[in-house]
Amino acid sequence: MSAPTTDEELVVHHKVVQVGPSRARQTAVAIALIVIGLFVAIVLASTGTHPNAKFGFDAGGARVHVPTLSLPEAPFCIVVGALIVLAGIYHLVRGFTPAAMRWVGSAVGVLFLLAFLAWAGTGGRTVQFTSLLQQGLFLAAPLILGAMGGILCERSGVINVAIEGQMLAGAFAGALLGTVAGLFAGIVAAIVVGGLLGLLLAVFAIRFLVNQVILGVVLNVLALGLTGYLFDAIMANNSNGTDNPGFFGPAKVPLLGDIPVIGPVVFDQNYIIYAMYVIVIVIDVALIRTRWGLRTRAVGEHPQAADTVGINVLRLRYQNVVLGGCVAGLAGALLTIGSVGAFTKNISSGQGFIALAAVIFGRWTPRGALGAALLFGFAGALQSVLSFLNPPLQINSNLLGMLPYVVTIFAVAGLVGRVRAPAADGEPYVKGSA
Amino acid sequence: MKLQLQGITKRFGTFTANDQIDLVVQPGEIHALLGENGAGKSTLMNVLYGLYEPTEGTILVDDAPVAFKGPGDAMAAGIGMVHQHFMLVPVLTVAENIMLGAEQTSRGMLDLRRARKLVRELSDRHHLEVDPDAKVEDLPVGIQQRVEILKALAREAKVLILDEPTAVLTPQETDHLMEVMRSLKEQGTSLVFISHKLREVREVADTITVIRRGKVVGTAEPTATAAELAALMVGRTVQLRVDKEPAQPRDVILDVDKLRVVDAAGQVLVDDISFSVRGGEIYAIAGVQGNGQTELTEAIVGLIEPASGRVVIDGEDVTEDTTYDILRAGVGYVPEDRAHDGLVSSFSIAENLVLDMHDQAPFGGRIQLNNKEIAKNAIARVEEFDVRTTSASAPASTLSGGNQQKVVLARELSRPLRLFVVSQPTRGVDVGSMEFVHKRIVAERDRGAAVLLVSTELDEVVSLADRIGVMYRGAIVGELPPTASAQEFGLLMGGQQGDTGDHDTKESA
Repeated sequence: MSAPTTDEELVVHHKVVQVGPSRARQTAVAIALIVIGLFVAIVLASTGTHPNAKFGFDAGGARVHVPTLSLPEAPFCIVVGALIVLAGIYHLVRGFTPAAMRWVGSAVGVLFLLAFLAWAGTGGRTVQFTSLLQQGLFLAAPLILGAMGGILCERSGVINVAIEGQMLAGAFAGALLGTVAGLFAGIVAAIVVGGLLGLLLAVFAIRFLVNQVILGVVLNVLALGLTGYLFDAIMANNSNGTDNPGFFGPAKVPLLGDIPVIGPVVFDQNYIIYAMYVIVIVIDVALIRTRWGLRTRAVGEHPQAADTVGINVLRLRYQNVVLGGCVAGLAGALLTIGSVGAFTKNISSGQGFIALAAVIFGRWTPRGALGAALLFGFAGALQSVLSFLNPPLQINSNLLGMLPYVVTIFAVAGLVGRVRAPAADGEPYVKGSA
Repeated sequence: MKLQLQGITKRFGTFTANDQIDLVVQPGEIHALLGENGAGKSTLMNVLYGLYEPTEGTILVDDAPVAFKGPGDAMAAGIGMVHQHFMLVPVLTVAENIMLGAEQTSRGMLDLRRARKLVRELSDRHHLEVDPDAKVEDLPVGIQQRVEILKALAREAKVLILDEPTAVLTPQETDHLMEVMRSLKEQGTSLVFISHKLREVREVADTITVIRRGKVVGTAEPTATAAELAALMVGRTVQLRVDKEPAQPRDVILDVDKLRVVDAAGQVLVDDISFSVRGGEIYAIAGVQGNGQTELTEAIVGLIEPASGRVVIDGEDVTEDTTYDILRAGVGYVPEDRAHDGLVSSFSIAENLVLDMHDQAPFGGRIQLNNKEIAKNAIARVEEFDVRTTSASAPASTLSGGNQQKVVLARELSRPLRLFVVSQPTRGVDVGSMEFVHKRIVAERDRGAAVLLVSTELDEVVSLADRIGVMYRGAIVGELPPTASAQEFGLLMGGQQGDTGDHDTKESA
């Protein structure tokens, strides 16, 4: 069935009516909220092993001590559950607007997480809240950078499935050059190698019009094979001389790093993560506010329109794809010289794909992708924290690892609404073909 | 600014789209380029706008030869273009679209305030009301076109090319556009107005150049009669009227009752439509493209499922039936997009001619096709419908639009029909074939079939139909006899009932 593209064309004195999410979906979301709320208020509240859950807010190096909080678990869960149920009832009766629903959804997510932590914290051990967040951000960082690389590409209309490969190659180059020529040389190498893979993607996608998804997969396999081979050929026998770069440790920002909770989480990380803050902010601002950003959006949505006002579509795409590769390469550097200080085969282990998922769940916006990547990162940290705690019910960590993705799918389906890619994403541009 | 084209030739492979075209656009005139669909007008303008490089020939601006590497060069030379398919980025705002490619920045950031101011100034000066902060995708097509015009004016276009600008407009919007064109002319802009609509060209142009099959076949004054222009355009005197006897309506064959189609987003596309068509009459649906005509026909032949309502053919409720069964019940269907829905373009003509009968004797059974019969059928049909092709085994994609349409008609009319649903029968069809198509439609009526004709061409509707329903925003807003005036049709097509035209002139973006 073809959409009535010109349905509104005759109406000069009518506003276009926004069709909200259907009634059925609204009901489903409301019921889901109520069920979650009841689960928290009844199940979590009644199954805690101890009446109190302890939350610790200190993390290594913080100068200001925050006292440990002892939270009565059952009342807390009942209050949280009731709030969620109320939100559900309101949504059922009156309905939140889509914009409000995004905030409500996030709030419910955070509340649920807190209740869950309180429940898990009744096992007698303290929930180290600050270090959970710190760890979460640290785990999210490669995903965030990878997603930024993806956004640069895709907003200009080239699908980047090769984030994984770019990260892997960046990780390898960072480790190798980091060992041979120093950590900062490692960063440069990671960026350059990521950019080169981006260039490869650009040439085949833009110049030779190869299917971009297949191309991305091929580049991933290429990166995996090449780094694996080079690892065996260079690093395996001489790991001290070639795969021992050391790593950037946390560098606390003076003053800011001493703010309770926020300080250790945000301002006690390594240089690459600080660079990441800048990159995210720059992309977010530039995409909307600068000439480059406007042109990038135009080229990704309607390249022919951009061409007819004299914008060089192909050049802009080349530029953005290479730039995206560079950022994804930097994401790779985080995996080696940003954390463990050594390269191993397939060290990226699918994180590039998670970054790609963050791009899509974040609706191709830097902020959205940041949020999605943070969610994934915190879920990873939660997984490791839970194994230290002694929750009333031991949950298999694999199941728990699955949770963020399940939540994301529901969140996207229920709260965010239809996800819309840039209209020309994946469409090669050939002059005069339309 | 004087614009001159000398001996412009553009070839695509072996196909010559433009052949030695000479054209002079004088400063401050409206120069109409008249020609049928596919005559090569748009190609010529794309050459002029730097989108295509000419195979041969020169473009002169104020008597100095120029070579355009891209639209940027053409714009720099003062040439602006309003494309038939708007070159606007839907997700951007009006101001963003207008500044795109020529962005003003302050301290590295886009200067949106200046862009907004520019939009307001231009729209005030040229009476083109538009909200600079509206997203283009939220605007009606008529307003989008204004944005296109403003975009060209913002780039200080001295020559403005309008490529089939009225194709998507209602008669009232068209009138407004003509006023805008005249006022632009008065302010010194030259306009090139591309169209195949005689009335509009005669109304607004100062000079008319007629193009046929890629060649300039003559120039005319706007005082030339429509018949003279039409003759130039098609190369011979054509009959603008279809000869037909008065209809002899018989029993009701198609009965549509409160039909309603809703899309996935909940938007009502067909809104409670009821009508019936008798055997031996042509019922036409008129209206501007995109008012639910497509969905109406698709619902009738079972391609999409209506949300409610009934479709009854010969007393049988077929609402729930599959398209296969509906066609078996004696329904012929010519879809509006023949290249996409009417034909499998990589299949041969012979195969396309039996697409809906390939599993029936004598063409085939459950398993095997009888290629001998298929070929025999093809030869007979090609002959009968005068399909111009070298061979019936050539792929359908090698045919011209008119001949493709003949293939679709030939297939649909080779079964005994009770109901014939034809959508946009002559879109992209040359005038010679057009007459033929019209005659076959009338012949089908005279044989006793009910004909449901959907067309956006008012001339076609008026000359073929016995009764006409006008669709607007999914509903049939009125029925008119073919003798009604263009004004009456225009009002209905714009959604105004004739007697309540009080909000007719109000316009707000």
